[in-house]
Amino acid sequence: MAHSYTPGLKVLHETKVQKDRILPLKGDVIVEAKASVTPDDIVARTHLPGNVQMINVGNLLNIDPTDVEAVMQKPIGSEFKKGELIAETKGLFGFFKSNVVAPIDCTLESISSITGQVVLRDAPIPVEVDAYIRGVVAEVVPEEGVVIETEAVFIQGIFGIGGESRGELVVVTETREDELTADMIKPEHAGKVLVGGSFISLAAYNKALSMKVAGVVVGGFNYFDLEEILGYTLGVAITGSEDLVTSLVLTEGYGEIRMGSRTFDLLKEHDGKFTSINGATQIRAGVIRPEIVIPLNPEDIKGDVHAIQINEGIQAGSLVRVIRAPYFGRIGTVVSLPPELQKMESETMVRVAEIKIDDQVMVIPRANLEMVETD
Amino acid sequence: MAGNKLKTILATDCGSTTTKAILIELTDQGYRLKTRGEAPTTVEAPFEDVTKGVLNAIMEVEELSGLKILDGDQIIHPMRDDSTGVDVYVSTSSAGGGLQMMVAGVVKAMTGESAERAALGAGSIVMDVLASNDGRLPHQKIERIRQLRPDMILLSGGIDGGTVSHVVELAEILAAANPKPRLGQNYKLPVIYAGNTKAQESIAETLGEITDLDLIENIRPVLEVENLGPARDKIHDLFMEHVMAQAPGYKKLMSWTDAPIMPTPGAVGSLIEMVARQENISVVGVDIGGATTDIFSVFQGQFNRTVSANLGMSYSVCNVLAEATLDNVLRWVPIDIDEGTLTNRIGNKMIRPTTVPQSLEELIIEQAIAREALRLSFIQHKAFAVSLKGVQQERTISDAFDQSGSGETLVDMMDLDLLVGSGGVLSHAPRREQAMRMMIDAFVPEGITQLAVDSIFMMPQLGVMANIENDEMAEDARKAAVEVFEKDCLIRLGTCIAPVGKPKPGSVILTAEFELPGEGKKVVELKQGEIIVMPAPYEPIKAKLTPSKSMSIGKDKGESHVTDIYGGTVGLIFDGRGRPFELSNEKSKRIENLNKWSKATNEYPDTELLGGA
Repeated sequence: MAHSYTPGLKVLHETKVQKDRILPLKGDVIVEAKASVTPDDIVARTHLPGNVQMINVGNLLNIDPTDVEAVMQKPIGSEFKKGELIAETKGLFGFFKSNVVAPIDCTLESISSITGQVVLRDAPIPVEVDAYIRGVVAEVVPEEGVVIETEAVFIQGIFGIGGESRGELVVVTETREDELTADMIKPEHAGKVLVGGSFISLAAYNKALSMKVAGVVVGGFNYFDLEEILGYTLGVAITGSEDLVTSLVLTEGYGEIRMGSRTFDLLKEHDGKFTSINGATQIRAGVIRPEIVIPLNPEDIKGDVHAIQINEGIQAGSLVRVIRAPYFGRIGTVVSLPPELQKMESETMVRVAEIKIDDQVMVIPRANLEMVETD
Repeated sequence: MAGNKLKTILATDCGSTTTKAILIELTDQGYRLKTRGEAPTTVEAPFEDVTKGVLNAIMEVEELSGLKILDGDQIIHPMRDDSTGVDVYVSTSSAGGGLQMMVAGVVKAMTGESAERAALGAGSIVMDVLASNDGRLPHQKIERIRQLRPDMILLSGGIDGGTVSHVVELAEILAAANPKPRLGQNYKLPVIYAGNTKAQESIAETLGEITDLDLIENIRPVLEVENLGPARDKIHDLFMEHVMAQAPGYKKLMSWTDAPIMPTPGAVGSLIEMVARQENISVVGVDIGGATTDIFSVFQGQFNRTVSANLGMSYSVCNVLAEATLDNVLRWVPIDIDEGTLTNRIGNKMIRPTTVPQSLEELIIEQAIAREALRLSFIQHKAFAVSLKGVQQERTISDAFDQSGSGETLVDMMDLDLLVGSGGVLSHAPRREQAMRMMIDAFVPEGITQLAVDSIFMMPQLGVMANIENDEMAEDARKAAVEVFEKDCLIRLGTCIAPVGKPKPGSVILTAEFELPGEGKKVVELKQGEIIVMPAPYEPIKAKLTPSKSMSIGKDKGESHVTDIYGGTVGLIFDGRGRPFELSNEKSKRIENLNKWSKATNEYPDTELLGGA
């Protein structure tokens, strides 16, 4: 049977989710294998080397670089408090001394006899990594971090902003077509993850921010409104490091696009459950999509786990979403995958798929289809 | 193999998404492209082995050519018999983000720029240029180095025998940052020092222990001379030894190839440089990709390359919109379109980068964005491709009023002989006329300029072939690269003939007389504001071009020019829009002109959307 490799977003009702929780530098892992963890538990910690300040003591004291070491008050590796004397010249008969003091609490790292520079390093910066999802420590990577594993609902979005967040899932719109409007966002939604239908406006998102909502999951958002939130025009889709109280996950794209029915139904089924979301997106080689992870309670696990596996591609019968105009956002079923190239209205010659959407068969370039991977 | 001609050459290019293989054979008409194959690149999870994609692409070549190339997971080379194996296998790579470098120099506009030129010329992406005078405080520089994690650093500074302290200060900043390489935790970051030779000892003292330091010749031994060769070669060596060796599967791939793997843009650049040198012409080459746009040029024998890191047609399409502004994109669109809808559409292309335009409207928008991406990339290129700065010039009285000096751009559009485009939006445009129009509108060539597109983007593979150093193979491989480039790689679109000057509206600005093969004598009278296309084949056509009194075609104003011009798949395009040409600010006039030029060049189908049938 003909099949075609097509990017797809996962909408899985039960799967084994594994998350690497790794430190940026080597450090200490503070949980043991097989331990149960909650999202806020710290699993590993380390210290990043402090920032560096360079002071040209030679210039400041008006002495030759080769003489700098002789005027330093303590040897390399010593600690200084802010304002403490670092270097001092002998002056003339003990008078007219010049000196340099430490601008910060620091350690003296090096002295250069060529340039007269001394390097001072700030105190180390502590870094901690939490578990992000509720689950079990499946693997400990010594000195680096852990792998957390859980049985969960796993949904990928197409684009998001804001990093990891968590809270109780609250579906606030009646249907997947409805817009999530500002008046639906209430003070009691603070710290929760809200699910809307087709769209959220900038005003409604701003209200979510002001109400300290943990996250918003909707079909679409206006691209040109992102600038207002981010403070810059998003030129390349690399996000996740924004400091936002409310992470935003779009399941469909930019504009008003109703949420896929399977996505909406699955989220509705788990209304009220504790959820972890991550808006981080990277659309380059090594794609990262935003995600929604809803760990399942033991009684909800049916055992028909769908392992996250390599996309096998679309074939007749596959459920697909059209991802470019003129049928953008429509979902249909693949009828056939004709092998020969076909000419589109744009005169582009492409491989196509025949898709049945609302009982009508349409011819669409395969490149403009996205597999809706469900289980 | 001495004495034997290479009969078959297999070359692959491992791009970030697709691995492309080409097979070249020696035929009665010299070296020709036999067939090509492609497969998804397999550097990333779940495969994490580049050779799988290479083997898949080669399997497609096997199927199409009937030649047996693979023996299990091995490439059979040299050839065993006429139907088994190939004589040579070579490859380029830009997978895994290509080669990412940081460069440093004492003075930003002098050694900093030379270091940048060396790194770009070697095919790398330059993430940042550090310089003593870049306005940043030491701790800001340190933070930046730690944040970026380059694959390697090129440090330069000072002329030989000059002051030592400035360049050592830069080395101290690097040492304080203690940078870690992007790939692999277990090796030291490669640092190339190509500055004042007098400082080598101090540099070794400062950086020798914490980095993998290489000391090479100064890239700017004296102010008047740039010596980029040794730095470029060293970058290529380190690319192989460190960066490639860390990428999944590359050790295996390296053991298969008959010549070192080159970074893709480095290979393209060296091919363009070779063609320009052999034919003694000025060339501009452009590769517009999904994330970046590379521009290569050779003017006055000097090669330059720039990478516009965030100007591309998919991953960074929104950045084109941000940098060019929506108004500048829309000025190329001959239809009314809601701005909010348009930005959302472009945003959706960014987050779903692999889609293709199905409707004509989508195609027009995409090609409008491409014009702006190319235009902006070329502005950056012109600003970078300059003569050496800081060089003292002797001036005579006659130069007293001439403002030109060091640091002037080398790019002279009137001097440009050949403009080559590649990348999906140009190579795969449904009509060749569209590719030609996009390039003319974006680059605005002046005088007489030939245009071509790289049909399937095989310049990387040809570039690496041209760089084989093995004595037994080098001569044939270079010959094959040139022959295939001429016969199979380039699709000659034709020639753009654009008089320069500010003519009166509606006046005749050029009269062209020429003889078309089989059609006899033709006379074209070009009026201001119009474009005329004459179908003509790619062969020398003797032409007399006479501009009006206020216009020039490469000589003095009004002076005739008798020369050979070449047609192509599109033919001869006479562009009477003047240079510089500007689109009307009045919307209805602008749309009317766009439609007029579009019709004249047969750019788009005649549909209702464009006011047609």
